[in-house]
Amino acid sequence: MKEELKELYRYRELLYMIAYRDIRVRYKQSIMGFMWAILMPVLIVLSGVVVRFGYAMASHAPLKTADIASVAVKSLPWAFLVSSIRFACLSLVNNKDLVTKIYFPKEIFPIAAVLASFFDFVVASGALIIFFLVLRVGWSPYLVWVPPLLLTMMLLAAGIGMIVSAASLYFRDVKFIVEVFLTFGIFFTPVFYDASMFGDKGKWLLLNPISPILDGFGASVARHQSPDLTWFVYSVVCAVLIFVGGYVFFKHLEPGFAESI
Amino acid sequence: MSDIAIRMEHVYKKFRKGETYSSLRDLLPALTGRMFRQEELTVGDKREFWAVRDLSFEVKQGEAFGIIGHNGAGKSTALKMLSRVMKPTKGQMVVNGRLSALIEVSAGFHQDLTGRENIFLNGTILGMTKREIQSKLDQIIAFSGIEEFIDTPVKRYSSGMYARLGFSVAAHVDPEVLIVDEVLSVGDYAFQQRCIERMREVLRSGAAVLFVSHNLKMVAEFCHRCLLLEKGQTVMIGTPQEVIGTYLQKPSNVPAVNDNSVPVIISSVKIRSQAGECMQFRSGEKAWVDIELTARQRCNKLAVTLYILDDKLAEIFDTSTDLLGQGNFDLDEGDAYRCTFEVSLNLADGTYHPSVLIYRRDIQMIYDKWEPAATIYVSSGGGVRGIANCFPQVIRQEIRQATDAALVGGV
Repeated sequence: MKEELKELYRYRELLYMIAYRDIRVRYKQSIMGFMWAILMPVLIVLSGVVVRFGYAMASHAPLKTADIASVAVKSLPWAFLVSSIRFACLSLVNNKDLVTKIYFPKEIFPIAAVLASFFDFVVASGALIIFFLVLRVGWSPYLVWVPPLLLTMMLLAAGIGMIVSAASLYFRDVKFIVEVFLTFGIFFTPVFYDASMFGDKGKWLLLNPISPILDGFGASVARHQSPDLTWFVYSVVCAVLIFVGGYVFFKHLEPGFAESI
Repeated sequence: MSDIAIRMEHVYKKFRKGETYSSLRDLLPALTGRMFRQEELTVGDKREFWAVRDLSFEVKQGEAFGIIGHNGAGKSTALKMLSRVMKPTKGQMVVNGRLSALIEVSAGFHQDLTGRENIFLNGTILGMTKREIQSKLDQIIAFSGIEEFIDTPVKRYSSGMYARLGFSVAAHVDPEVLIVDEVLSVGDYAFQQRCIERMREVLRSGAAVLFVSHNLKMVAEFCHRCLLLEKGQTVMIGTPQEVIGTYLQKPSNVPAVNDNSVPVIISSVKIRSQAGECMQFRSGEKAWVDIELTARQRCNKLAVTLYILDDKLAEIFDTSTDLLGQGNFDLDEGDAYRCTFEVSLNLADGTYHPSVLIYRRDIQMIYDKWEPAATIYVSSGGGVRGIANCFPQVIRQEIRQATDAALVGGV
């Protein structure tokens, strides 16, 4: 694995180039490009606000700014994860020519898909910051948690991305299955709600390694608290395992890509 | 540091024939079926075949090594293994130095990006660093000869421009080992010459070049040594002249159909010149094609077609006993039939594949086909390019000097 990572490092320029290509192509029609980056998070935030409003009505508790901020700040990483996996899933199949004709470490494709989605995330974050300034969410030193949370999310996205991209090269219907998970995953992940709302049962939700990360975003950015350390460590361990497992899985299948695609 | 650039030792590559399960929808029922009913899981077709068998060769630095062979002989598979896109099933392979493969030069292009952006993209894919590309950008653009359109998205390019840009990028990689597979068939003659020139430069820089082509003339001119591959196996390694000679004497007479349900089959096709059976012809020379058929059942209204393919397997000529006014013929079971076509090979230099098929005229049903039935090599001694030889001559040439014309005008 060490050799393989070294090789990936040698090809880093290609990784950036492929990510740049994906971003460039997506933003070529600039209006549609920015729309793409903003559209999904905005829709998720809006649906979250509607759901939250429903909770508030049902429980006769007022809807707080922090709640809306929490939904908004969790929507972005969720949108990032969804778009990473969606693009990564097709990244090998859509680059058939390159897969069959030229040698380079092919994990570049799913990883570049994650990087390109990360660019969208950055653009959307810009919009979110403006939104938060308007809402007067404020800031706290707990913002230092954002980079490690993001990094964990990227590891997770890259790990899942490598698995689904390789799987969909062999089985063309994997993309439909992935799509179903991406659509309904949001209900099993605390984006619209907080795991704490479930009281003791909330820990079952947190077993989904994405949940503690999103919870961490909500805590550190919207509620000015420290994320739950134990659960965060759990997520990091899961993310590393998924990334390493995904990488090993991908590398194991890679030699057969050219003849199986 | 050894001077061996490429070494292949007893390399084998196996492929599976037929489809494997390409969706979970098909695989899962098969798997559960096996679980519950103990059925044997047939992952794809059990039939396997060896695309490359026991391939061994060495290429030294500064050497140009050619690989020739009929379609399906395993040339491209061998190259794909060398460029590490495919993994050998068995065997050892060593490549010393930075390898660059001109296999499909525009594979990395993205339609929506401009020519310039694609130079960077493709250059990186081929292993150049961004800085390297930056420093060679002007050369690359100049080489491609499409300066004007360099900031246009490549989807608006003609196929020739597309290929030229692709080759220009690939040609500037500065490899230590260069693999070239049939890419030179794109582009016009002048561009091809430029490419050959560039390959010579690469050779002079001490790199090894591995060259695969159907263009025997180019192989003969360019390569120091040559390998003939047939059905995945090495037939011989030697000087291009020897190897091409062997190649031309070995037409791949593989009948297309070989089961007993076919009522009439082609049993032999031979090509001869005035001097007798041969494979090398002068342009314009007469050739005779002797064809023999054997009928296994009674069949009616038959006709024989002779057609010629060029080295890219495009049909360039077609005739038949029927078109030539011989009408149709009927054969009884066990009958043999023989005919001879006489053709004038008014062809330019190159490799051609005479092919034969037998069909039933009224229902246009093809019974048997040999494609190619043979491979011939035509040389014209220069002066013409393209496919046909119209035997051109310059019979008048004159220069009227501008000063004289002005003088005449003045008077």
